[in-house]
Amino acid sequence: MRFLTDRKRAEGRGAAKAGTEHHWYMQVSSVGLAFIVPAFIFVFGSTLGGSYEEVTATFSRPFPAILTALVLVFGLQHFSKGAQMMIQDYTRKSTRKVLMMLVIILSYGLTAYGLFALAKLAL
Amino acid sequence: MADVKRVERPLSPHLSIYRPQLTSMTSILTRITGNALIVTTFIIVWWLAALASGPEAFATANGFATSIVGDIFFGLSLLGIWYHYLAGLRHLVFDAGKGLDIPTAEKLGWGCIVGSIVLTLLTIIIV
Repeated sequence: MRFLTDRKRAEGRGAAKAGTEHHWYMQVSSVGLAFIVPAFIFVFGSTLGGSYEEVTATFSRPFPAILTALVLVFGLQHFSKGAQMMIQDYTRKSTRKVLMMLVIILSYGLTAYGLFALAKLAL
Repeated sequence: MADVKRVERPLSPHLSIYRPQLTSMTSILTRITGNALIVTTFIIVWWLAALASGPEAFATANGFATSIVGDIFFGLSLLGIWYHYLAGLRHLVFDAGKGLDIPTAEKLGWGCIVGSIVLTLLTIIIV
């Protein structure tokens, strides 16, 4: 038996010391996405349905290509951090760690895949 | 003497003990739509990758994207993204410490639901 009081166990540990940055990132990325997502919906919506040549031409122009790249990078980082919050809310221990790793890997992987396609189209 | 054994902390939110309310449901829907949009992202990236790899691959992906199933899929995606958009803005208002009283929060909740439907229809008409 260890002679520890509840107070002694809690003392000096402070708050979690992390998480503020996460929340701030969600706020910043949500405001950024609020500007670029409607533009992307418009570009993607009006491009969809065109022929192969038309669609290729659209995505080789700077504005649609850069816009799509921004939506992919920040959209998926926003997803990654949001999904991590959900996982932290509903799971714990190893399940939590494995799921968080999967979400992070998936987000970076999908971003890289999309950016490669965009680079190939734009160059 | 205090026990040294670790405390089993509860997981939040305690979904099962609450009666469903407009405020909680609209909040949960934000999370559902946000996470569901990964499926839309997958489809759009697949479509882009197919476009980059040539006309035959593009024909397959574009065939799906412009089919009836594709239309329904993108229609639902629009509803999801507009809902998440409005609910996200609502969260920014809440984070600023405003609109937290129940009547205002419920009005904002209805605003998100109705607003997302209106914006979806507008998008379909305009784009």
